[in-house]
Amino acid sequence: MEQEKKDSPVWQKALAAAFPYTLPVLTGFLALGTAYGVLMQTKGYGVIWSVLMSAIAFCGSMQFVAITLLTTVFNPIQAFLLSIMVNARHLFYGISMLDKYKGTGKIRPFLIYWLCDETFSITSSVDPPSGIPKSYFYGFISFLDYSYWVLGSFLGGVLGNLITFNTQGLDFVLTALFIVLFIEQVTARENRRPGIIGLTCTTVGLAVFGSERFVIPSMVLILVILLIGRKKKCIFPQTKRSS
Amino acid sequence: MHLPANETFILILAVALGTIITRFTPFILFPEHKKHPAVIAYLSKVLPPAMMGLLVVYCLKSVSLFTYPYGIPEGIAVTAVAALHIWRRNVFLSIAGGTALYMFLVQKVFM
Repeated sequence: MEQEKKDSPVWQKALAAAFPYTLPVLTGFLALGTAYGVLMQTKGYGVIWSVLMSAIAFCGSMQFVAITLLTTVFNPIQAFLLSIMVNARHLFYGISMLDKYKGTGKIRPFLIYWLCDETFSITSSVDPPSGIPKSYFYGFISFLDYSYWVLGSFLGGVLGNLITFNTQGLDFVLTALFIVLFIEQVTARENRRPGIIGLTCTTVGLAVFGSERFVIPSMVLILVILLIGRKKKCIFPQTKRSS
Repeated sequence: MHLPANETFILILAVALGTIITRFTPFILFPEHKKHPAVIAYLSKVLPPAMMGLLVVYCLKSVSLFTYPYGIPEGIAVTAVAALHIWRRNVFLSIAGGTALYMFLVQKVFM
């Protein structure tokens, strides 16, 4: 048995290790991707278009925003600028993953291209098991999440209204994923304050700016408070002053 | 279909380009073979938990506290996920249990 384990190629081990982490995303993306495909269908955009949008742009919530852009006067500049604003949170994901994605070689551009909310939440929270290179491990998590989203959009476009199973509320699976990973993160003492800061600043941002435009102000608020905390040395225990 | 095929395709590319820029910018500004400024090293440690907090709120952004059902199903389900997870520390159980509860609440209780 030991022999057999050694013989299985490293990519297989990496896939086996990565897959369980992506299960909540599989559920959530099939539900949301399908909803996206169906919605596109009702606006007259067939399965080819939902799959193309998902495969090329791959940006969940922005794709839903883009539906409104597809049903009004053609304005690619507006679409481009809106896409940057809605996706601005990726800037912070990138900064967070600079070290983890270091030295991942040829797969690195794909890790960056596939870095969505859900993939970030997993890859920033877990480390590859020993003996599995991070390029494979993070590569599979990223690729699986990406393919679930494209598959979901495809299914939504094809099956459309054939789905009779009542899926209302199923997309809560992604909220649950983020709550669980939030708890996992703040279990480490040094993460507690930044975690609370993120939660509080975003809640304040949402209350002040409303659900349409709170993300960027919240990010700015988070950044400012984290930087003040660094100056006062009270957020991250670089000073070994942690209680 | 509102737009012709070529315009739709250009719009997809415009949305994709915006997304790609937000994803690649940090990695281009701070290439892997160079040493990053201390503030970036600090941010890369504190941003993941902070952004996870942001994502939790982001998912709940459309919940209205002032119209029926006043965010009650979300409140119950969020509490259940958190309690379940702190109690059992089982990722699958917390996510599946919380989602099943939420689906039950929105489909059968708070209709």
